[in-house]
Amino acid sequence: MSSDVPDATARARTGLPLGWRVVVVVVPAAFFALFFLWPVGTIVVTGLTGDGATGDALAALLAPATRRVLWFSTWQAVLSTLLTLAVGLPGAWLVARVEVPGRTWFRAAVTVPFVLPTVVVATAFTGLLGTGSPVMRAIGALLGRSTPPRLTGTIAAVLAAHVFFNVAVVVRTVGARWANLDRRLVAAARTLGASPVAAFRAVTLPLLRPAITAASAITFLFTFTSFGIVLILGSPGMATLEVAIYRATAQLLDLPRASALALLQVVAVGAALLVNARLGGSRAARSPGGITTAAGSGRRRPTTWQAWAAVAGVLVLTGVVIGLPVAVLVERSLATVEGHSLQWYRALARDTGVLAVPAWQTVRTSLWFALQASVLATVVGGAAAVAITRRRGGWGRVFDLLLMLPLGVSAVTVGFGFLITLDTPPMDWRAEPWLVPLAQALVAIPFVVRILVPALDAVDDRLRSAAAALGATPTKVWRHVDLPILFRSATVAAGFAFAVSMGEFGATVFIARAISPTMPVAIFRFLGQPGAANLGQAMALSCVLMLVTVVSIAAVDRLRVADLGSF
Amino acid sequence: MSPFQIDPVDPAPLHLPDVPDLPVVPARRARRFAAALAVVAVALTGCGNDGEADGSDAATGDAAPTNDVSPTGSAGPRDPLVQLVTHDSFSIGDHVLADFTDQTGYEVQVLASGDAGATVNAAVLTAGNPQGDVLFGVDNTLLSRALEADVFVPHEPTDADELDRALVLDDQWRVTPIDRGDVCLNYDVAAYEDLAIDPPTSLADLVDPAYDGQLVVENPATSSPGLAFLLATVVTFGEDGWEDYWSELVANDVAVSAGWEDAYYGVFSGSAGSEGDRPLVVSYASSPPAEVIFSDEELDAAPTGVVVDSCFQQVEFAGVLTGTDNEAGARALVDFMVGETFQADIPLEMFVFPARTGVDLPPEFVEYTTVPDDPITLDPATIDAQREDLVQRWTELVLG
Repeated sequence: MSSDVPDATARARTGLPLGWRVVVVVVPAAFFALFFLWPVGTIVVTGLTGDGATGDALAALLAPATRRVLWFSTWQAVLSTLLTLAVGLPGAWLVARVEVPGRTWFRAAVTVPFVLPTVVVATAFTGLLGTGSPVMRAIGALLGRSTPPRLTGTIAAVLAAHVFFNVAVVVRTVGARWANLDRRLVAAARTLGASPVAAFRAVTLPLLRPAITAASAITFLFTFTSFGIVLILGSPGMATLEVAIYRATAQLLDLPRASALALLQVVAVGAALLVNARLGGSRAARSPGGITTAAGSGRRRPTTWQAWAAVAGVLVLTGVVIGLPVAVLVERSLATVEGHSLQWYRALARDTGVLAVPAWQTVRTSLWFALQASVLATVVGGAAAVAITRRRGGWGRVFDLLLMLPLGVSAVTVGFGFLITLDTPPMDWRAEPWLVPLAQALVAIPFVVRILVPALDAVDDRLRSAAAALGATPTKVWRHVDLPILFRSATVAAGFAFAVSMGEFGATVFIARAISPTMPVAIFRFLGQPGAANLGQAMALSCVLMLVTVVSIAAVDRLRVADLGSF
Repeated sequence: MSPFQIDPVDPAPLHLPDVPDLPVVPARRARRFAAALAVVAVALTGCGNDGEADGSDAATGDAAPTNDVSPTGSAGPRDPLVQLVTHDSFSIGDHVLADFTDQTGYEVQVLASGDAGATVNAAVLTAGNPQGDVLFGVDNTLLSRALEADVFVPHEPTDADELDRALVLDDQWRVTPIDRGDVCLNYDVAAYEDLAIDPPTSLADLVDPAYDGQLVVENPATSSPGLAFLLATVVTFGEDGWEDYWSELVANDVAVSAGWEDAYYGVFSGSAGSEGDRPLVVSYASSPPAEVIFSDEELDAAPTGVVVDSCFQQVEFAGVLTGTDNEAGARALVDFMVGETFQADIPLEMFVFPARTGVDLPPEFVEYTTVPDDPITLDPATIDAQREDLVQRWTELVLG
């Protein structure tokens, strides 16, 4: 919607003062080049240019094992994405279209899985899907079998955990757009004789398509690069490309192989992103047609019994997928020999030996890092989003795509890349504490961009034209039209960057840290030692992590509700 | 970027401006935005150090080490900071490190990341321009690779004679043994009482049908105790016999987990809080005392036991990194790590055994486990040469 706009708007669009126009391009480009392209590029090139490395790399690419992991990575990711959509879309409908009490908390609660370390989620699922689980026993009884079925070690366990992690992507992404769809369009279709199903397919679905494809892309990226879940819940024969890269880099130091696999992963991820851009990123789909800001147009209280049944169905479905594993974790954090108590929570305040500090201090460390990371990600990602929306097509598109890549590149590749590039004074930054929030920001920036670009894109150009026609200078137009929208969405983006960084483990763990551990790292440390106290504290700290996350996400959501009457 | 699941977001809220809101936008928001950008610009140029240093200060509760050379240091021109590069499982008491500072004037900054494999491979990758001054955490399965890459400079510690000679695996003293944490089969004491059979006493016992469906091991491709256990079977049954042995283990329904956490907490029945149902697991010689120390009730016996004849020796070493800019400090730190204060703190901090002889062990370590006198060993060069081939053959045989 940029090239064919009238002259007045074109002038309005370039209204950003020259200095800022340079800043919004240079800051994210420099950040991305220095902390991503250079380290990753260097380690890949190092791997591919050693003695006889090209042959080794080629051999690694052509090995049957590589084909196997590529195929497994792909099909399980596609299946995970489809299942996540199946569970997430009804949830999106609930948050977008139905006025029921506790809706905000529902939205916050589905976000909880984001921040949980995979190793913790895996323990919950092992408990839930193993033969000892009451759920499995109940299913066994229903099927009339003497021994309950065992789902651990099967692809079903992997898929269930992938849905658990990613259902929030669908609920939040699709829900946000669905809430703004003009109900009158569906009403018009119905009046013209369309059945509810036909109206949904002809009107609602096409308008939701950009959000659905965006959510699918992110879910696909996550599950394609899945590591811990596949390792722990899958059978040992299952391996993703990510596992192969980790082994080649961190265990075998086989750089030619690692580089070849890393390149393969980037190509696969890039191809998926391009397909996605093609499916959902067409200009028509991005245009704000069918989107309304009329207050109260979105949600209605259910009136018929069918509507109530649908609400109940969604709650049960989401409750099973997200609620059960979380309930297992909460129960375990409270379980002691003498029944249930807060013993392990109290233990978090003591110095236990496993960590150098009492575990509650990791809450402060995590909060402090997450604060820095979210500010960094929001500012850099915000600048990038402004730059991208001002340059649709061409370089803007390339930049948009490049910024998604940190999600498709192994943390170990980035971490080892840092080691061999940021290693020479005055840029020997390998021991700098700020490298941790910086790496976390690198992971959060793609999300910030995904939130802000569509928000800025949706700005009706007529507003800019109107402001310009009324005599506003270009700078004024930018300040009064673009900036407020940027700021509102930036609070949402910052909240999510905060959550991403609270739970971030991969990038954190490969950076040498001279500080007390973050919460996910501490949980991992507790789980690495035998003993009831360690397991108990790992579970208790996981629950604290969930609580801190729900509260911060709910706070951000409320901020948005308060800020935007239309939401 | 995800070895471990990372976290998605809410990408597409479509905000349209409320027109009546337009005039309300305060210009100070724009100024705040500019200020935030300026902060980032400063951080990007590498001067944002202070803020983060404050953060770690607040987080650790005491003077956090920073990169800054203390201007008040009475030690003159020498660098008062020694950087110890290590893996994420490293832990030692604050008072121990404070002792080192009192004795030598050097302050220790611990740089921890990843697992032992990642730490050693990072050191190989940065050989000659190291991340720090001393590396701790290279074990005998990784040693050969580190030595070949000239990661360390020789340094014979002052207390070399106090060390258990069996653990000194490099006669040039490029690395110094600091601790041993043997990988051993653990069994669930109560489960074998219930079954009314004796737990196995050797690796050969495991293929006995009496132990059918009872063992869980870790995948040697993704777990270091898993690799140690595979090496133990290769040494015990020989190049010609280990594959047959594993075929029999498979016939005896051996379970394979990806890592120790999953095997020990998820599948093994003897760990506190576990829902597992297999009474045999590959773990460590120190696991039974840990079960007692971290129990949530007073125990007068360990819930798990160690099969002594199954233990594979695992030794962790420290060394002075080639290219360190504080060689004197690095040497002093390695000397200190062999000293009594550091060695005595090892068991309860890292749950491994000290490499120094004559160190008093905590009572739980004496009572509830046995340090194998004659563990299974394999020369590091052989391990390095054969590891990949062994793991590949194992994978085809057991998981194929």
